[in-house]
Amino acid sequence: MAIGKSVIRKDAWDKVTGRAKYTNDFKEKGMLHAKLVTSPYAHARIRAIDIEKARSLPGVRAIITGEGLPLTGEDLRDRPPIAFDKVRYHGEVVALVVADTLVHAEKAANLVHVVYEPLPAVGKPSEALKEGAPLIHEQLGSYQKNEHTYPEPNTNIAHRTKIRKGNIEQGWAESDVVVETSVAFSPSDHVAIETRCATAEILPDGHIIISASSQSPFMIKRLISTYFGEDVGNIIVHTPLVGGAYGGKAPVQLELLAYLASKAVGGRKVSVWNAREEDMITSPVHIGLEATVKLGATKDGYIKAAEILFLFDGGAYSDKAIDVSRAAAVDCTGPYHIENVWCDSLCVYTNHPYATPFRGFGHSEQAFAIERAMDLLAEKLGMDKWELRRKNAIRPGHTTPTQVVLNRSNVGDLPACLDRLRELMEWDEWQRIEIDAYTVRAKGISCAWKTSTIDPDASSGVLLTFNPDGSVNVISGVVEIGTGTKTILAQIVAEKLKMDVNDVYVKMDIDTQTTPEHWKTVGSRGTFMAGRAALEAADDAIRQLKAIASCVLRASVEDLEVGYGKVFLRDDPSIYVPVKDIAYGYKYPNGNAIGGQIIGRGNYILRHLTPLNKETGAGKPGPEWTVGAEGVEIEFNRRDYTYKILKAFAVIDIGKVLNPKAALGQAMGAMSMGLSFASRETFLFDRYERVLNPQLRTYRPIRFGEHPEYIVEFIETPQIDAPYGARGAGEHGLIGMPAALANALSLAAEVPLNELPLIPELIWRKKKGDSHDSI
Amino acid sequence: MESSTKCEMQLLVNGETKSVVARQGDTLLFVLRNELGLTGAKPGCLNGDCGACTALVDGTPIKSCMMLAIETVGKEITTIEGLHNTPIQRAFVEHFAFQCGYCTPGFIMNAYALTETKPDADDATIQEWLESNICRCTSYQEIEAAVKEVLRQKRKTE
Ligand code: FES
Ligand code: FES
Repeated sequence: MAIGKSVIRKDAWDKVTGRAKYTNDFKEKGMLHAKLVTSPYAHARIRAIDIEKARSLPGVRAIITGEGLPLTGEDLRDRPPIAFDKVRYHGEVVALVVADTLVHAEKAANLVHVVYEPLPAVGKPSEALKEGAPLIHEQLGSYQKNEHTYPEPNTNIAHRTKIRKGNIEQGWAESDVVVETSVAFSPSDHVAIETRCATAEILPDGHIIISASSQSPFMIKRLISTYFGEDVGNIIVHTPLVGGAYGGKAPVQLELLAYLASKAVGGRKVSVWNAREEDMITSPVHIGLEATVKLGATKDGYIKAAEILFLFDGGAYSDKAIDVSRAAAVDCTGPYHIENVWCDSLCVYTNHPYATPFRGFGHSEQAFAIERAMDLLAEKLGMDKWELRRKNAIRPGHTTPTQVVLNRSNVGDLPACLDRLRELMEWDEWQRIEIDAYTVRAKGISCAWKTSTIDPDASSGVLLTFNPDGSVNVISGVVEIGTGTKTILAQIVAEKLKMDVNDVYVKMDIDTQTTPEHWKTVGSRGTFMAGRAALEAADDAIRQLKAIASCVLRASVEDLEVGYGKVFLRDDPSIYVPVKDIAYGYKYPNGNAIGGQIIGRGNYILRHLTPLNKETGAGKPGPEWTVGAEGVEIEFNRRDYTYKILKAFAVIDIGKVLNPKAALGQAMGAMSMGLSFASRETFLFDRYERVLNPQLRTYRPIRFGEHPEYIVEFIETPQIDAPYGARGAGEHGLIGMPAALANALSLAAEVPLNELPLIPELIWRKKKGDSHDSI
Repeated sequence: MESSTKCEMQLLVNGETKSVVARQGDTLLFVLRNELGLTGAKPGCLNGDCGACTALVDGTPIKSCMMLAIETVGKEITTIEGLHNTPIQRAFVEHFAFQCGYCTPGFIMNAYALTETKPDADDATIQEWLESNICRCTSYQEIEAAVKEVLRQKRKTE
């Protein structure tokens, strides 16, 4: 019926006609506008803020500075919503100007005079860990934190995750060959084309109405309540369509500023909207990393030991960077069976913009490190690179680094992915060929895996309401950030109720007062969790329909079946009552009525998740592991070090393809983002750790025409407890791309390339043997 | 100070003449969105880099964040709201050439102008036109497929 078809997205026509509305499209006469005043320094003491001049401009309604505000943060409360006493990154908010129009606010913001005393700034995590490095959070020991966050006071370590599996000494003893390699990249950005926006209004009766371009409307509600002592029931968050998110709209930042701004002007509605430059550095960014990987293997290529050190560049505040660093640790080895594992993953404070989830949640970062080491190991063993991966591919019966035992449901079929990749890429034909004196073609591969380390008690709810004609409305807390999840939910409901998917309507926007909660729209978990809730809601509706039909048809509910717009007798479908006749209750000919509007409800909470043990990391962080095998083919010019990405491949085990075109779109879009990150995206910092390129002219994502040919296939190993067996798949295309590209280019250029982005200058520097400086 | 620079102007938008009062410094994007309620054109950078704000002025795609509203007086402006069930819109729907949809109005306006004015466009021409817009969600392969399908149809019917 509806599952397995490329059902046209429910938001399609709104989106191609300009009718689709995003947070900043809702304008109201009389709404006030806020402009941020941001720090030009990466690390400085705030000596004074003079707002006199700015305040006296016409149209200015309030100027807010940072004193007296509570510290914020989901795991560790280390961040003032507006900097107080000192600034810790370039672009940090130091004041907020509220005025009648954006033009007025901007003029006034330029007149806010801040006196800074610059402090020494630190950029690289390895530098931040050195003795005598500037301390970014002097009060680290006194911050409020949750019980599974372990900051190390008087250092720049916000959190450390330890993985201790097996016996690492024994692993080395069993190894004939050992390789060690280091990789590094600086922070970069999500660059959603819709910059973040939030509005807030506080009504006289105490209601706080927020609208936000966010992946976490329900979290906004909770956090505003926690931070500011507001009653959670008074807070209502709206989220319309979101113009791209990729993890970057999971944290709560502008919403707090909008709330503070509205409070400062007696509750009037205020809009806070990021200009591109602010969106890139003031709001949270994609994490940076320095990593070292040591692998040991027998001479026939079985990996026996892995020792991994991740130093994540969490930036000035820990936000969700702690979680990202933990997620990378959870899957630190990549999808390989390794019995002896030692990993330390540190979330390190630096004076960079602060980091938050980026599509893949620490996994493309982790994979870049591991998969470079895998290529190195293969070279040292003199073994085919595909072969080494195939040999060590993780399977049911093996355990993950956090010692979860895998089975046929909770992990996909990596060997099958690898086998298909080998065919698609014609791997055995060649891996490097010289086309002419200057042109070389090369292939690189990488494996990918990921589970979602979301909160163990995260839940998702779905409501189904019926219309008088028997059609159905799906109401779910999943935010439509572009992934098409709500269309998938409509397919799931249509399949379950055996009805035409065109008769299933979805409510696109979120209103936390009327929409059942979906924890956060992150981690490729929308389809799984909301899908399970939708199935339960459909079952609930079926139960209600049968109960009414049982009276009408004078038959036991056990004898009834729902489908094709009817409730009918199982053994004689010619006896039925149309759903439309009972969707709002049934009216007998004499005027008596029974029942009422059918409202199906369902919810789902992940089961059996446990936090990681502090010393060993043992624990069950997520429900299942989606796996994939990916590759790229490039053409490299040895004369000028430029290259073209010709083809990009991915074979991903997504359990079940619910909507083929939507699934392909998710995989290819993720691959595109991974290639863009790997080949050209990074913030450039000067020696004072200021960002030099917070603009799309100087920070240049991949554009039309620079895209390779994408070749994507899916393997279907069902996850038994997921709707129709479907696995999470929104991120996996991205995970292997940076490593595959680096592996291909290293082979082409005949020099190890262990940094990102892989720009021609980097390749040239490595070839010349110069040490590469970030600028 | 600011009211003195405001003026009234007549704009021809999607076939209708509209009278708006705006600052001389207001961009076409600002006026479309804030004065006329045409929010299909999106701000993505206000710097000419992303193309989310693309509209047509006398049939030519321009970045409406880079053009003053006052410059468009006497010209014909077309925004995404002015396109109705065109082949390029249908192709975007069928090829899943959008995800979040934020870049989509800009991409469609650009691609619409391309397919209308250059039905014989080769790959290089397509790239030259479409590289001025950024899409962060799709792989561009879907957009390429949509545009090429419309071009194919155009060539067939000509
Ligand atoms: S907003 Fe006009 S080009 Fe980006
Ligand atoms: S569809 Fe999201 S940016 Fe293009």
